[in-house]
Amino acid sequence: MRMKTLLLGTVFAVGATAMAAPADAQNQFRWARQGDALTLDPMSQNEGPTNTLSAQIYEPLIERANDLGLQAGLAVSWEPVEDTIWEFQLREGVTFHDGAAFDADDAVFSVNRAMAETSDFRNYLSSVEEVEKVDDFTIRIHTAGPNPILPQQMTFIYMMDQDWAVANNVEEPQDYAGGEETFAVRNANGTGPFIVELREPEVRTVLVKNENYWDAANVPLEIDEMVLSPIASDPTRVAALLSGELEFVLDPPVQDLQRLAADPSIKVETVDENRVIFFGMNMGAEDLDDDSVEGANPFADIQVREALYRAIDIDAIQRVVMRGQATPAGVVVPTFVHGYDADLDVRLPFDPDGARELLAEAGYPDGFQATLYCPNDRYVNDEAICQAAVGMWAQIGVEVDLVARTRSIHFQDLQNRVINFYMLGWGVPTFDSEYIFNFLYHTDDGDRGSWNGTGFSDARMDELTQAMLTEVDLAARDSLIAEAWGVAQENLVYLPLHYQVINWAMGADVNVPIRSDNTPLFKYVSFE
Amino acid sequence: MAAFIIKRLLHSVIVMLAVGFVAFLMFNYVGDPINNMVGQETTVVQREQLREQLGLNDPFYLQFLRFAGNAAQGDFGLSYQHRRPVEDIIMERLPATLELSIMSALFALGVGVPMGVYTALNRNSVLSKVFMFVSLVGVSLPTFLIGILLIFLFAVQLQWLPSFGRPGVVDLGWWHTSLLTWDGWKAIIMPAITLGLFQMTLIMRLVRAEMLGVLRTDYIKFARARGLKNRAVHFGHALKNTMVPVITVTGLQLGTIIAFAIITETVFQWPGIGLLFIGAVRDADIPVMSAYLVMIAFFFVVINLIVDLLYFAVDPRLRVERPGASGGH
Repeated sequence: MRMKTLLLGTVFAVGATAMAAPADAQNQFRWARQGDALTLDPMSQNEGPTNTLSAQIYEPLIERANDLGLQAGLAVSWEPVEDTIWEFQLREGVTFHDGAAFDADDAVFSVNRAMAETSDFRNYLSSVEEVEKVDDFTIRIHTAGPNPILPQQMTFIYMMDQDWAVANNVEEPQDYAGGEETFAVRNANGTGPFIVELREPEVRTVLVKNENYWDAANVPLEIDEMVLSPIASDPTRVAALLSGELEFVLDPPVQDLQRLAADPSIKVETVDENRVIFFGMNMGAEDLDDDSVEGANPFADIQVREALYRAIDIDAIQRVVMRGQATPAGVVVPTFVHGYDADLDVRLPFDPDGARELLAEAGYPDGFQATLYCPNDRYVNDEAICQAAVGMWAQIGVEVDLVARTRSIHFQDLQNRVINFYMLGWGVPTFDSEYIFNFLYHTDDGDRGSWNGTGFSDARMDELTQAMLTEVDLAARDSLIAEAWGVAQENLVYLPLHYQVINWAMGADVNVPIRSDNTPLFKYVSFE
Repeated sequence: MAAFIIKRLLHSVIVMLAVGFVAFLMFNYVGDPINNMVGQETTVVQREQLREQLGLNDPFYLQFLRFAGNAAQGDFGLSYQHRRPVEDIIMERLPATLELSIMSALFALGVGVPMGVYTALNRNSVLSKVFMFVSLVGVSLPTFLIGILLIFLFAVQLQWLPSFGRPGVVDLGWWHTSLLTWDGWKAIIMPAITLGLFQMTLIMRLVRAEMLGVLRTDYIKFARARGLKNRAVHFGHALKNTMVPVITVTGLQLGTIIAFAIITETVFQWPGIGLLFIGAVRDADIPVMSAYLVMIAFFFVVINLIVDLLYFAVDPRLRVERPGASGGH
């Protein structure tokens, strides 16, 4: 179809002399997803859809390849020169879309901008004390303590032009209380493969190929014009793909995948997502206010947690609820995250009889009642998974009331620690286990453990978590991570369910290399 | 007359304050906007700072008073999600919704009236039965299903019409319209039919019932007795007299169309205020939600006011000055 359009366009152009618009002969790439980017400012919103659009326009010093390994972006090399200093050699000869050259001043400016009070990315740089320009193409980042994962964190920090930012008064990301819209919300000036031509928020965003892209020789860069249209309604998004109005849909609905795959003009690519879904239980409280057990907390007993775990028939959930679009998980860490070990990823077997025995041993031969809280608009089939689990627990005598609500309320209650039994999904943007321990397993002390709603608190776990943040010896660090996973698994802190699966649907003549971070890089797109 | 209008305007202000108040009461239950605004790494302290900064920790009546005070000055605040002034976003979206609403109202009138007349005049014909059946479908099928069926038929199967969006927009400076281009017309057909189908059936049935009533009156009989042609009787006398209630209902329904455009806009990704509102609910974007609700209340209030004034003009009984009861209602 692609070639046909091209040929037709050419024939038409020849036939109608100068009448045919040259756009007909170009590679147009129209794609859709549920929501639009919130802003073009690459530092004001750390949100998936926003980052995906930014990644086409702006570039970081260190980039993630399609296999999610680190590769040189605007930095050609990086290394720790001391325990607390990382040195980056910047790429020479790179220009921004407006023609200005990229150099160390821009890099220093950008890192500082990302650390500003109003930046949504400052948490990635919380270890950074100072950014120093060494020469025109060398910068050094000084960290408070040793930080072995700084290169991972730098993959989110996009490089902006200092002069452009100063000229347009966008030296800092926009403040919520700041009244007017800033220039960077709808205008962009990056070094990336695509240039913003038109930005109509929530309607369409048109990007055109950057003819001067520095890496043009090494990437296909076949798209001439790219149009992003957010389409909120699932059936409409599918219809637009089927009718040939789109080349690519980032988030086809699970229930339509079979139909799409069966259509010869469409293909669906699949990969495990960087997100694991699990249940958490408040094991720290003395007593729970929403269960039937008085004076005790059943979740505090590891036998009860194990019983609940063994009662879950994960294959049924995978087959029926997820329609095969999930990979059962035995541990709360996605497979490609550093520290993942296949030996850890083994589920306790589905064993309702054993579960009933465990409950009896724990002193609940007749089961008990509890309340499970789930989001209903956050993860794939979230509410349906919870419903299925509730049915399975009923089989072992645990009566669970299900409360499924919108994510805004669910996460608010989880943050406020007012729910004792909940579903949560976790993605690991740094691709390192430390991120998981820091947020999910460390004691909730107001700083770390901010998503640990289980009340789990273990001195050794805290020690290991803090140590892995600063340990620069990789082998020693790996053993810290392995030990921490041992502690986590032994205590059954969470009940793992599965890894979500990403599906991308595209025209049969388009190749979009799929990525587990769900962030397509369209410079790699090629047409057949 | 002036006293009547002033009194109605005062009523309107009270209605809008009440809507705003109820809206703010409800916002306590839509959840925490903060979580949708920041990354998952954001610490508890930073979240609390942001909450404080946005005034979300204040009791709701204080938030409401602040909102009402600012709104009175035309300032609806900054959208939490888009980080742009809400009034700018709404003004950007409003033309799309108004064009869609007007097109679907025109569709409902243009198709509903002739169908109503036809079914009244030829009550037993096969075509009338078909029309009545279609109207039953229009009343009973939910909007989103009609939209999806249209998309399936005309976009996926026949590929005549685009399935989403509002292309071909021309910016006139004070307004942007998609009605000046062929692409724009093609894109508005399905949403306008989807949104207007229910109103069309309503109008058709109304016209039919009114016509049937009027056709039985004496003056129609006299008109026939005078030997007037059927055409003159049906359109010159009968239809004219059915139009008063039809215009009233259409006027009142326009407000409903604008408000109910939410579903149609979602199905067709029509970039109007309904789509904006749905997104705002999803992300608990309180400034956008409150501005939208107040604006819809404003539309209803204005349309009701106009209808009241029309009654005043049309119905002479309302104009009689009665002592102690000046001003009608």
